[in-house]
Amino acid sequence: MSSIDVPLKGGSFGTAKFGQTQRKDKWWIEPLLVFLGYALFIVYANYAIINYNCGGRPCYEVPGTGYLSPMFSPLLTRGAPTWWPSYAPFFGTMLILWAPLGFRFTCYYYRGAYYKAWWADPISCAVGEPRKSYWGERKWPLLIQNAHRYFLYFAIIFIFILTYDAWNGLWFDGPAGPRTQFGLGVGSLVLILNPILLGLYTFGCHSFRHLIGGRKDILSTSPVRKSCYDCVSGLNRKHMLWAWISMFYVGFVDLYIRLCAMGVWTDWRIL
Amino acid sequence: MSTATFQIWRGERGNGKFVDYTTEYETGMVVLDVVHKIQGSVANDMAVRWNCKAGKCGSCSAEINGKPRLMCMTRLNQLDLTQPVTIEPMKTFPHVKDLVTDVSWNYEVKKKIQKFTPRKPDAPDGTWRVQQADVDRPQEFRKCIECFLCQDVCHVLRDHRLHDEFIGPRFLIHTAQLEMNPLDTGNRLKALKDDYNIGYCNITKCCTKVCPEEIKITDNGIIPLKERVVDEFYDPLGGLFKMFR
Ligand code: SF4
Ligand code: SF4
Ligand code: FES
Ligand code: FES
Repeated sequence: MSSIDVPLKGGSFGTAKFGQTQRKDKWWIEPLLVFLGYALFIVYANYAIINYNCGGRPCYEVPGTGYLSPMFSPLLTRGAPTWWPSYAPFFGTMLILWAPLGFRFTCYYYRGAYYKAWWADPISCAVGEPRKSYWGERKWPLLIQNAHRYFLYFAIIFIFILTYDAWNGLWFDGPAGPRTQFGLGVGSLVLILNPILLGLYTFGCHSFRHLIGGRKDILSTSPVRKSCYDCVSGLNRKHMLWAWISMFYVGFVDLYIRLCAMGVWTDWRIL
Repeated sequence: MSTATFQIWRGERGNGKFVDYTTEYETGMVVLDVVHKIQGSVANDMAVRWNCKAGKCGSCSAEINGKPRLMCMTRLNQLDLTQPVTIEPMKTFPHVKDLVTDVSWNYEVKKKIQKFTPRKPDAPDGTWRVQQADVDRPQEFRKCIECFLCQDVCHVLRDHRLHDEFIGPRFLIHTAQLEMNPLDTGNRLKALKDDYNIGYCNITKCCTKVCPEEIKITDNGIIPLKERVVDEFYDPLGGLFKMFR
């Protein structure tokens, strides 16, 4: 195809070896931080899912309050169903966690970031790669990434569920019975911020941006659609930031509730 | 005046090596100035391509300290001059001589893409009416100066050498520009999936990072195209929904 006699395949210079580059900057810092950031969250999430029993009490609730950890919400079940084989461990969160995890796994930002940091494909720009063969997202299993919008639908439902949890976080045990007294604790505020941060992440989603208006070539004839699209585009520009903040915040909320449940930390009542 | 060392890749057809040139420089100089200074003094036979020296013609693409950049838009004060600065030709295209590569593959790729196919003119005089709001998106991609730095850095081409199958970021945004154009009636979605192989892009965004025109290649071009491809081929529920509308 080219007009000179050097073939494109193989190239004039040969392919760079893994890590080979002329770059002089510290290109490995970013993938390293991303790698550690995800590793930290994965380790904590596993710890939280497995250790849901805090001395005979669930770790995801705080007695006397309506707090519920977002990692266990919605609370579909407290224990294994009767038919579940007793030798197999049962974690109720398995029933729900696939949705937010699938959403993040197929998120365009996360994809780009973990292909680099976890799969070194490429580890950084203009740095040699470890593998020769390459399929990208053209074939199975990565064709599954195209299902991102389906996970988005679930993620939007979760925003509503977590908003409901934040509402529940405003109700405490009172003289009239459990969860009958309106109040405000630090935990309530912690729970209110959660769906807000998740919303900033979820509604900046590329698939959402597409569905809300990006799929149309002409937006000027529908002003409402146009403003929605502009709004989503604004969030989308900061998608990476919200991805990180909202992910760590979910971990923080779980930790806060866990520490309260364990009695290590006392929740402060404001009202 | 201070001096600095530049290691320039010299050779023909991929055979060659770095040659050290130590030269004086002034503040405000760009890398292309240095290359010209060296060419004008000690290396008269050095090949370098350039035209505008204003970041608008896209000719002077090279790799400076390993990063794909325009030589005329890289000021020396952006570089660490206490160490030798490397200047190399782009790695993704066939090498011709010194800093010059043969980028004609790109022109062949462009020919494969279905041309702009406008709807019938809106007015009897053969003109169209469009709203600025609707052309904002394609206009971002029209800023492209065809420097091919994005093609150079894209690992699908650079490392995996899939030139025969993948059109690369430059032509993905060219396709996006046509697909999002409110006047265009063409449909390039099947070609995007099967011939241009948009699926090879794993959205690692190196193209966006190097673009001198700061086009958001991945976020505003490639991802929206991937979503349109999903609409057409990978969204059974959406397809069902469309049928009943
Ligand atoms: S985002 Fe896609 S097109 Fe851009 S450099 Fe990466 S793989 Fe290539
Ligand atoms: S998109 Fe940017 S980097 Fe790519 S060819 Fe055009 S101007 Fe150059
Ligand atoms: S692209 Fe990140 S959530 Fe959809
Ligand atoms: S000489 Fe024209 S872009 Fe550098």
